[in-house]
Amino acid sequence: MALLAVQGLRKSFETTEVLKGIDLSVGRGEVLALVGENGAGKSTLMRVVGGYTPPGAGTLAFEGGPLPGGVDAAEARGIVLVHQEFNLAPHLSAAENVFLGRERMRGPFIDRAGMERDTRQALTLLGCSAPPRARLADLAVSDWQMVELAKALNRRPKLLLMDEPTAVLSAPECERLFACIEAFRANGGSVVFTSHKLDEVKRIADRVAVLRDGEIVRIAPAGALTEHEMATLMVGRPLSDLYPEKPGRLSDAAPLLEVEDLRSPGHVRGASFALRPGEIVGIAGLVGSGRTECFEALLGLRPATAGRFRLRGAERALPGAREAWTLGLAYLTEDRKGKGLLLDKGLRENLLLTDGALSGGPMIDDNAERVVLEEAVAVFSIRARDRGAPVRALSGGNQQKLLVAKTLRPGPELVVFDEPTRGVDIGSKQGVYRVIAGLAAQGRCCVVISSEMAELIGLCHRVIVMRRGRTVGEVAGERMTEQEIVRFAMGLEEAAYV
Amino acid sequence: MSDTALVVRERAGLRGALGAAGPLVALLALVLLGAAVNPAFLGPDNISNVLTRSAIVGIIAVGTTFVITAGGLDLSVGSMSALIAGLMILAMNTLLPFLGAGWTTVLLGMGAALLLGLLCGGLNGLLVVKGGVDAFIATLGTMGVFRSVLTWVANGGSISLDFGLRSVARPIYYGGVFGVSFPLLALLAVSVLGEVALRRMRFGRHVAAIGSNREVARYSAVRVDRVRVLTYVIQGVCVALATLIYVPRLGAATPATGLMWELEAIAAVVIGGTALNGGFGRVWGSVVGVLILGLIQNILNLSNLVSPYLNGAFQGAIIIIAVVLQQRRKPR
Repeated sequence: MALLAVQGLRKSFETTEVLKGIDLSVGRGEVLALVGENGAGKSTLMRVVGGYTPPGAGTLAFEGGPLPGGVDAAEARGIVLVHQEFNLAPHLSAAENVFLGRERMRGPFIDRAGMERDTRQALTLLGCSAPPRARLADLAVSDWQMVELAKALNRRPKLLLMDEPTAVLSAPECERLFACIEAFRANGGSVVFTSHKLDEVKRIADRVAVLRDGEIVRIAPAGALTEHEMATLMVGRPLSDLYPEKPGRLSDAAPLLEVEDLRSPGHVRGASFALRPGEIVGIAGLVGSGRTECFEALLGLRPATAGRFRLRGAERALPGAREAWTLGLAYLTEDRKGKGLLLDKGLRENLLLTDGALSGGPMIDDNAERVVLEEAVAVFSIRARDRGAPVRALSGGNQQKLLVAKTLRPGPELVVFDEPTRGVDIGSKQGVYRVIAGLAAQGRCCVVISSEMAELIGLCHRVIVMRRGRTVGEVAGERMTEQEIVRFAMGLEEAAYV
Repeated sequence: MSDTALVVRERAGLRGALGAAGPLVALLALVLLGAAVNPAFLGPDNISNVLTRSAIVGIIAVGTTFVITAGGLDLSVGSMSALIAGLMILAMNTLLPFLGAGWTTVLLGMGAALLLGLLCGGLNGLLVVKGGVDAFIATLGTMGVFRSVLTWVANGGSISLDFGLRSVARPIYYGGVFGVSFPLLALLAVSVLGEVALRRMRFGRHVAAIGSNREVARYSAVRVDRVRVLTYVIQGVCVALATLIYVPRLGAATPATGLMWELEAIAAVVIGGTALNGGFGRVWGSVVGVLILGLIQNILNLSNLVSPYLNGAFQGAIIIIAVVLQQRRKPR
């Protein structure tokens, strides 16, 4: 009998169906990998099983019995979710976090010594040397992941759900994590995890379930699928068709923008690069490498200094946010809901937020705005029945198209796309790629910041790699491969910096 | 999927319609109630009296609409009004020996009031925006400062406008054209300007965007700081305008001038349908809100049902009820 059995599971958010009838079972002592593109529904599936999100329809059975809703019920039965976004209290110590909500007591008092002893033991098992008394805020991100894991294991789970456990870990840390998973499995525990790193999926998973747009398109033993097959299944079509042809590049064009030694307190510690008209430049790096912050600093969205900054050949000071916009430097945020769109406002207010006035003066010209809106809706094929309804009601893909349309007004020379395809469906994704290629063909400069390396390689002329707030390398042409990028991102090739 | 979208739209439409009509329905109901309670209610004298008195807080509430729509709050308007009234009167009394009891003196006094309103509003704005002090605390502080300074200048008593000047300035409050009083005309002008600025100008769109999500506005290259400070400056100028119209009525400023006006102004704005958390505002709604409050007070005065001393209690209760209704109306 399977430990976990999921049948006909459906889930919708607002108007978007994220899970479209999932059937899945996990056996005892089995390690199951969920792979799929961002937005395929992996995290939602995990959250439903973990009790964080109620299912829309379908049944969940655990150890043969139905699973009542709620996190507490799930954890009581032995299902524990390790979050992708860390779910820890930064001002508490490691031990306090591990025992949060189930503090060990000695009479009316908290048994601090006991909790710290056990935490040290658990962390040592995970190969993590962080002191149990250290405040989380003082520890490194990889330690956070280990504390999160120790916290989960402390709940004595039968089924461990791990959402992208290796995203922020270095190679040796990954090895320790895998050893831990192996030990957990040897003791009869089951694991479901998601990952974008298909090689590690092949290594540690027994079976692989490939998700695409809310459906499981294939479940197979890990040995039966090659990495390429997995990737093709994830995307749903031959990989080569996904990306538009790269527009020809004017290699001798004068740089649009040059920056040397860009710094921003806490995040960017020396980034230097030049961007030319008509090229698509990818920016790669691990989470926390300062990719986003680097371009926010460049475009006046956070405090910054630069050793030298040139725009169209002329040296000048770094611009402020408004100034950058008037200079034709635009930034498409990765945080669509928090920084990109006013979710309570309609299409028009969002599209024309910055430069509403169209009659030349300070007055808004309603008719002209309506024309611009209809144009954008057509060009970017935004599907919205009611132009006035809050954009909250749009699907993620349509929200993203609207955000792209907004960012491209009135006609920037440089557009920084930060994770432009995160959480959008494959059709919208291709639309975004076509927009980027189209801009470059017109002679604009596009920067694409992305965690999906296939995306960078498929789309960009060259890729700049960041690590710990610095630009550490650049790959182009033959050398533009995942392995090369990872080696720079991990700091294995710093010596070879060109 | 399409069904859900349709439901969302219908609900938004219905909600929008109800939300838009709500204050007007309440206003109409109050007029009917007033007429039923006392036949004198609909008399031209009473109506004109209510409107003219409401105009003062109405002008202030127009400014308040901007502050609240941008996600801010200004508790200092009543105290600011007292301070402006006192210093304006002092300025006119001081100029009197040099310029005589004429319009020059009065106009200079009015100019001083507007300048002072600009400065007081600017101070609030800078404290909140540049100083990073929470709007509630910053304006609670200036609320104490403004009134206390006036009390100090007045030495605990009142500052009276010279009698000669009073008769010159009297028409500013009591006069009018074609039977419409000047205060009401001023309210009309300010609210039309305010409505146009908030609804039809880029500035208004930025104000609402900042109140809706400040980060989105910042990432959209909106000059967030400048716009936020400007809303407080607009509020200050509105207070000054209301005060310079109000001063000829009283002829004096006391530590009790403008007491609880902040409550009235904020209540009016919220009743009018502006979101207390910012992001959406409408000036005409605030004006209707002020009229609703004015009518309630008037009906209390004209009837023996409830003591007029409880007027403040009604205003306080109304603002709470309005906010509760606003939250209910919100999705999720």
